[in-house]
Amino acid sequence: MTPTPVLRLLGVGALAIALAACGAPPAKESSSSGTAAATAKSAADFGGIDKLVEAAKKEGTLNVIALPPDWANYGVMIKAFSDKYGIKVDSAQPDGSSADEIKAAEQLKGGDRAPDVFDLGLNVAVANKAIFAPYQVETWGDIPAELKESSGLYYGDYGGFMSIGYDAGKVPAPTKVEDLLKPEYAGKVALNGDPTQAGAAYSGVVMAALGSGGSADDIAPGVEFFKKLKAAGNFLPVDPSPATIESGQTPVVIDWDYTNAAQTAKLTGKLDWKVVVPSDAQIGAYYNQAINKDAPHPAAARLWQEYLYSDEGQNTYLQGLSRPVRLDAMTKSGKADAAATAKLPKTEGKQVFQTQEQADKAKQVLTATWAQAVG
Amino acid sequence: MVAPVTTSAGGGAAKAAAPGRGPTRGNVLAWLVVVPFLAYVGTFLVYPTILVLAGAFQDSDGAFTLSNLTDLMKGVYLQAFWRSIELSAITALLGAVFGALLSWAVATGNPVGLLRRVVVAGAGVLAQFGGVPLAFAFLATVGFQGFVTKFLQDSFGINLFSGGAWIFELPGLTLVYTFFQIPLMVIVFLPALDGLRPQWREATESLGGSSWTYWRYVGGPILFSPFLGAVLLLFANAFSAYATAAALVSQGSPIVPLQIRGFLTGEVLLGQENLGKALGLGMVIVVGVAMGIYALLQRRVSKWQ
Repeated sequence: MTPTPVLRLLGVGALAIALAACGAPPAKESSSSGTAAATAKSAADFGGIDKLVEAAKKEGTLNVIALPPDWANYGVMIKAFSDKYGIKVDSAQPDGSSADEIKAAEQLKGGDRAPDVFDLGLNVAVANKAIFAPYQVETWGDIPAELKESSGLYYGDYGGFMSIGYDAGKVPAPTKVEDLLKPEYAGKVALNGDPTQAGAAYSGVVMAALGSGGSADDIAPGVEFFKKLKAAGNFLPVDPSPATIESGQTPVVIDWDYTNAAQTAKLTGKLDWKVVVPSDAQIGAYYNQAINKDAPHPAAARLWQEYLYSDEGQNTYLQGLSRPVRLDAMTKSGKADAAATAKLPKTEGKQVFQTQEQADKAKQVLTATWAQAVG
Repeated sequence: MVAPVTTSAGGGAAKAAAPGRGPTRGNVLAWLVVVPFLAYVGTFLVYPTILVLAGAFQDSDGAFTLSNLTDLMKGVYLQAFWRSIELSAITALLGAVFGALLSWAVATGNPVGLLRRVVVAGAGVLAQFGGVPLAFAFLATVGFQGFVTKFLQDSFGINLFSGGAWIFELPGLTLVYTFFQIPLMVIVFLPALDGLRPQWREATESLGGSSWTYWRYVGGPILFSPFLGAVLLLFANAFSAYATAAALVSQGSPIVPLQIRGFLTGEVLLGQENLGKALGLGMVIVVGVAMGIYALLQRRVSKWQ
């Protein structure tokens, strides 16, 4: 065959398209204050909060990731921040995990769609210090020392306790973890995720351990509990979501008290969703806030951080029935929303927070035994 | 019997350029046109495969290690492989048997009839029916709150789940996978059945053979290779399926693709991505073996088509 110019053009055109498809990501726009904002360790480095607000407004956008609207009141938080400062908030992957947040930062690095800020389980935060920028908010002094990394790379933002949420119209009220083994709960007890993957489910196993003779050091009884739960026919291996709760597929859900309590508020009038933190098994944990070192909007990222830790932001967390990290300080100063505090699921008695070593040990046990226990 | 005709390898391939001459204009153009294809394959198939293979031999700092592969031989992961292989083998056999029967019904029917048109079109669609829609379809019918479950419970007092939550475990996966395996079998096996010439049957009969003799000495041996080949294809299809299982099973990660999901999205156990890649390497090997045998069988099959 003799090649015609048209064919040759086609070939070259296709080649050009193929090359374009493998092209580089768009370069990030450089803001005039970009470098200064990216290294600012506090509002003072900007010359005060007003200057920070100004720089953030100039950027005009904030990228957040893995913040479900019905989780710790993030839907309200994002809208309030956006309205207050006139900054557009791009919320990506609302149902993502902490690991997804880090992956997105790595994959989108250098682009203008990379996440500016992270909301992470402690585990993931400790493992990824290298990609955070240190920043201390104005209210830094109110945050308990054990809940913050000393230079401000990451620190607790809100926390809660593991709880049992249940549909009071379908099942009797459980008070202890062991109650869930009773025949009334046949095929009804769901755990929010796979504990070898999801932080909430992992803490659910720790709760079960505390409630059945284990401890923060020894979670094997927790795995044993779920094995018994499955043998009794009570364990429901469905991933619970607001939809499964509303449709009655998951009448009992082991999850954080603030996510369960959010369902109570949401389903009022449809079904009677109650939340109990078992008195014999109170395991708490805080999520952590961090700023992406390569944030495309470094000033907006820092302003978001300031907003979350302001009285207003902390009360927004509180209204979502999670426990903001400054709760004690704000209760003392009378700044905390008393009505919201009164609604928090009751916790009295011994409260357990796992240390990193305890958690590492527990994870080894889980990896080796979980699949068999429920498989 | 018809003597098999041996064809030279690459009989259908384009003529190679004459040796001893430099690249001709046509040659260069041919290469130019194939570049986009190579770029596509390289970007989406070759490159990720190389990443997985390389990652399987690295620790999280990028240093060479064999520990990922030795971990593969440990309890949880080895079991996941056995379960994956078991699930794939069972659904491949179920799919092959039912699919072959359905194909046979179609092949012996009217070649332009309604049954054939409906089954062939349906198989083409249903073989690709998977992931969330398929999982949801099953949950909506035979799930805990499913339509059929409720109906049986209310009308006959039959509790589908008296034996436990099987729908979210291996038995459930077996049921759901078989649903797309059967149509795939129809697609790959129908041409083989269509290849049986009526003359062979007539020849058998005119020589005094019964139906049994025909299947024992003619039809059976001819169909054996394509049948086995189809089973292998179905095996690989189930072994590498992910979306359906991911939508259905959220606890315990019983099969390999779900284990890999755990390494990629998990926030509890960190730094295990390379172990995930080693699992991926294991899957590549299993599917590679299955496909290798399939290719060998195809070579035998092609003689008859």
